[in-house]
Amino acid sequence: MYKYDKIDQQLVNERVAQYRDQTRRYLAGELTEEEFRPIRLQNGLYIQRLAPMLRIAVPYGLLSSKQLHKLGDIAKKYDKDYGHFSTRQNLQLNWPKLEDVPDILEELATVEMHAIQTSGNCIRNITTDQFAGVAPDELFDPRAMAEIIRQWSTFHPEFALLPRKFKIAVSGTKDDRAVVQMHDIGMEFFKNENEELRIKVWVGGGLGRTPILGTVIHESLEWQHALSYCEAIIRIYNIHGRRDNSYKARIKILVKAIGIEAFKAQVEAEWAHLKDGPLTITQAEFDRVSTYFEPMPYETLPANEASFDLHLASNPAFAAWVKRCVHAHKIPGYRALTLSLKTHGEAPGDATSAQMHVVADLADAYSFGELRVSHEQNLILADVKLSDLFSVWEKARAAGLATPNIGLLTDIICCPGGDFCSLANAKSIPIAQSIQAQFDDLDYLHDIGDIEINISGCMNACGHHHVGHIGILGVDKGDTEWYQVSIGGKQGNDASLGNVIGPSFSADEMPSVVQKLIDVYVQERTPEERFIDTVRRIGMDPFKNHVYLENTEVSS
Amino acid sequence: MSQLIKGKQIAHDEWTRVIPPSFGDEPVRKQAGKVVMFKLHGEETFTQKQIDATLIPAGKVLIPLAVWLAKKESLAQRLAAGEIGIVLQTHEPIEQLVEAFENLNSLPVIAVYVQIFADGRNFTLGNLLRTRYGFKNELRAVGDIMRDQLFFLQRSGFDSYLIKDGRNAEEAIASLNDFTQPYQGASNDVPVWRRLDRSQL
Repeated sequence: MYKYDKIDQQLVNERVAQYRDQTRRYLAGELTEEEFRPIRLQNGLYIQRLAPMLRIAVPYGLLSSKQLHKLGDIAKKYDKDYGHFSTRQNLQLNWPKLEDVPDILEELATVEMHAIQTSGNCIRNITTDQFAGVAPDELFDPRAMAEIIRQWSTFHPEFALLPRKFKIAVSGTKDDRAVVQMHDIGMEFFKNENEELRIKVWVGGGLGRTPILGTVIHESLEWQHALSYCEAIIRIYNIHGRRDNSYKARIKILVKAIGIEAFKAQVEAEWAHLKDGPLTITQAEFDRVSTYFEPMPYETLPANEASFDLHLASNPAFAAWVKRCVHAHKIPGYRALTLSLKTHGEAPGDATSAQMHVVADLADAYSFGELRVSHEQNLILADVKLSDLFSVWEKARAAGLATPNIGLLTDIICCPGGDFCSLANAKSIPIAQSIQAQFDDLDYLHDIGDIEINISGCMNACGHHHVGHIGILGVDKGDTEWYQVSIGGKQGNDASLGNVIGPSFSADEMPSVVQKLIDVYVQERTPEERFIDTVRRIGMDPFKNHVYLENTEVSS
Repeated sequence: MSQLIKGKQIAHDEWTRVIPPSFGDEPVRKQAGKVVMFKLHGEETFTQKQIDATLIPAGKVLIPLAVWLAKKESLAQRLAAGEIGIVLQTHEPIEQLVEAFENLNSLPVIAVYVQIFADGRNFTLGNLLRTRYGFKNELRAVGDIMRDQLFFLQRSGFDSYLIKDGRNAEEAIASLNDFTQPYQGASNDVPVWRRLDRSQL
């Protein structure tokens, strides 16, 4: 993974010093609340319902064991002994003290970490596929480009105070796992017919109050122009994006308002000035950054392993875990695996300090000392030998990290919600927990198969409910919490936004509502269909009818 | 009293900023909706009445672009004498400023005004004035300006900063040196990987 040189380290250290002084001035009354707000946000600090929340950057989801140990230590020393992995592949602490934050940032800097631009109206953490570099379907390892974009976007002077937050995702696979279509800019790397590296550039996607999937603004951009093209897009946005209404300030609103053709014309006119200028990425710079992401020192192994096969045949619990949590790897004899942070009854994405230390130790022992955070809020060991899988499983299981539910109904994506977040209309974690309790039978879960449930506590959509096969949105009706349910959303290449099935429900009703949706699926599905396929084939009505009309037979 | 930082020092401000009088019936806001000039949503603009009533004192003056456009005939001599600088508001199209002057460098000062700290359009405007339109004279940040923007303003081509009233400008100077070796290029700089050989670090 990327290692800081003197320049990276100095920048992060200087940022800590700058923010320490800004905090001092705020506490001394030299900065007003309103003036301090954009400053603290760009250093990851929100003021939450119960306490501040600090969002620590995990650039494109990549962590070293040393960094995870440090995060575990920080969560213990400055927080309540746990942290929350978010849908932006970052780590959030829910209980730090405002005056401790400079110290926390200083500790993070010792392991090449920070909280820079994890919030506020600026370019946020660059996200990508959690299986980057190891996925068999990968056309291009996007991590070096993600790092180049990270550096370009960090303290970008011109884009320090944009109309609204700005999210960029990169991907390099056939099957998009970085949800490029729901980002302000999505960059999909591919090779053209001449084997040249190109980028399909998407713009204007985003969830939130007005969910919109992105539109292609450039079908085939040469990779050298990745930065200059982003610069042109964001420059047009910085000048023309709305600043009078924060709900209408994202780039997606600008693109919709003037139309993609007019927007593209403006971007291209701007880009004509920037193209081939100093922002053009040189082969030398690309190669320099790429050296940090060279393949791990893999052993030459056979594709099969006898002890693994034996455990698989003799231990059904292990087999269930392998089925859900172990993923293909491009090197023979290796696998990637997901450690589930979706233990039934726990807040999705939460990890205790002890669990962080366990995972860091597992990474050291079995996966070259590195791990990844997925936007589905789980942790990934990307390079585990087939022969080690059983040992990893036993240790992960003892630490509560081996729930075999990845991709199943209880692998719920969920924001912190009304328990923590001051923006939320409703709680989201208890809804996730009640659904997990309703579906606690593993055999039944495996029978239901692949399904994604996403829960957001408000229309800001941190839980990405619009792209959940079942999406649940907390709404506020006269001081009581209600939940609106949509079905038919999906992430990936064939992304779609879900449709609301009808009037919202109380928290108590939610497990049975999900149960009824699943009942319709189980009755209607063809043998090879996933939930989303059935929804797309038969439409909303059968689901709607069963949920809202009591005693109505599910028609076949 | 606002204090001026010029280069990296406190400087005497020899320019008088001309602000159109207020009649209490402002501001005029463009309505949100299907407006072609998207950028004007919700922005305050000067009314004709305000512009007509603006008195321009003797000496070096910084006047709003809208006032210049309305009164340029009567001010031509003073422009030639180097007594006119222009204040651009962040929502005003930069092209309008550029087209208004045969030679942008006939202006000793261009000031970019932000109403609130969170408005980052001044960075783009500064950058464009330097890199695209070749403006070489003093580029001044005015309005809600405090030390926390200075590093970015400097990188965006500004070389003077009118620190808002009540803030310590002496202390603010230090912020111009907040970061030693930024990643990005700037109006007068190239990205770090072109600036030095990182493979040797």
